[in-house]
Amino acid sequence: MTDRKGPIMSPGIARLLAIIALLVLWEVMARLYADPLFLCPPSQAIAALPHIFSDPKIVNAIRVTIYEVITAFIISVAVGMTIGLAVGLQGFTKQAILPVILLLYATPQATILPLFVLSFGIGPAAKIAFGVSHGIFPVIVTTVAGVQNLRAPLLTAARSMGASKIQVFTSIVFPHMIPSFFTGMRLGMTAVLLGVLLAELYVSTAGIGFYTRLFAESFSPPDLFALIAVLATIAVTLNELCRTAERRFSRWHAS
Amino acid sequence: MKSGSRLAQRLIQLGVLLVILGAWYWGTLPGRINPLLLPPPAPVFRNFWVLLTTSSIWPDLFVTVREWVTAFLIAAVSGCSLGYIISRSGYAVKVFDPLLAGLYSIPAILLFPLYLLFFGLGPGSKIAIGTTIAFFPIVLNTIAGLAYVDKAYITAAKSMGANNLQMFWSVMMPAAFPIVLTGLRLGCIIAFLAILGGETISSLAGLGHRIVSLAENMESAQMFGNILFAIAMAFIINGVVSFVEARGKRGMQ
Repeated sequence: MTDRKGPIMSPGIARLLAIIALLVLWEVMARLYADPLFLCPPSQAIAALPHIFSDPKIVNAIRVTIYEVITAFIISVAVGMTIGLAVGLQGFTKQAILPVILLLYATPQATILPLFVLSFGIGPAAKIAFGVSHGIFPVIVTTVAGVQNLRAPLLTAARSMGASKIQVFTSIVFPHMIPSFFTGMRLGMTAVLLGVLLAELYVSTAGIGFYTRLFAESFSPPDLFALIAVLATIAVTLNELCRTAERRFSRWHAS
Repeated sequence: MKSGSRLAQRLIQLGVLLVILGAWYWGTLPGRINPLLLPPPAPVFRNFWVLLTTSSIWPDLFVTVREWVTAFLIAAVSGCSLGYIISRSGYAVKVFDPLLAGLYSIPAILLFPLYLLFFGLGPGSKIAIGTTIAFFPIVLNTIAGLAYVDKAYITAAKSMGANNLQMFWSVMMPAAFPIVLTGLRLGCIIAFLAILGGETISSLAGLGHRIVSLAENMESAQMFGNILFAIAMAFIINGVVSFVEARGKRGMQ
């Protein structure tokens, strides 16, 4: 490993160039060698974007997916935090019930996907429920972890100065939990996205799962690539929102 | 904070499991939950036992395991090599590490329809999705392990005249190994989950395919038996891989 002084360009620009080089390579290879039924150059995928956004049915499908993700996320965070606090604040319940929750967390949820469809139907309800089943566990686990690293001297000090249970919660437990709370939100968002998209791809009559399948089966890769690019952008945006919130709210917490 | 003894904890955990089992039995008594949605425990465990003792599940199990092992091997070899190449230069780490981390935040399952188009309904598309999902934690952890070895070790080894090979085997490997191993463990487990997911969405054979086709035939008791089988398998994989990781880390110290 040699330490070169002063690289030719900043890493950010080099990264951008690497991405552009990959896209150009893809474009050239796709134009020269690929079967247009299976792979299209990126320029055609971009050209297909207006088509995606001008079809009200596809726009509606994307809107339904966003609605499913956000609903599942809110339920996961609200219920997961409540369970996490209930389990984590008591030493005994934590040692007794947390292993059971971890046990459930480690089950491969994809295998129970057909069950969700059997009980919730093929509409958005099954996708939301499946998203919650993915998102709730990281929230519970990080909430418990957040309560756990509460320093005992702080609690003792507060109690010895006569703080009530509510005061202890609002001035010590809650501020202490904020960083891990946002970490939990970020992990929960990643998991919810996975759950909702998995359920969408498994069965759907009008959602994005239906359209990805339609485009794949009718051999129109430009539409398929464009739709995947739109969904990836939504996923990355939602992830970034959570990450920004995490950074913003953990800044005061220097340790 | 008060904490019960170990025995009391185990009893409580057992109690919680018994309560869940009891609720399951109570809920499936005649006239409560539709047995198509939730069959009673007894036939489910009977089916689970049949799966364990007969060879009926072996063909599907073989398909899934082969997909999983192939995907993991491809991801491990490519992830470790790419990670090693990138970690050789601090500049390359700065360029590619954020790029790979950014790609990792895109839900890879979105690529599954594409893989179905490219590789068909057979094992190919599952291997592809398993590889894609397992690749990222492996490459990111390899970079994290190799690129951030304590500079003092490197300087010390250099000043004592270590050559490149000695540097790699005696300094870089032992220092990076635990982190790389964590990446491999993560990759191994999520590849299995991704392959089960892929099989659930669209496939011709495999554990996920079995569960879906039983669900579509309304064979609930058999489906639950198979689900129990898949869950048990995930636990065993988890346990074995974590054990190997812990052993590997201890062996290096």
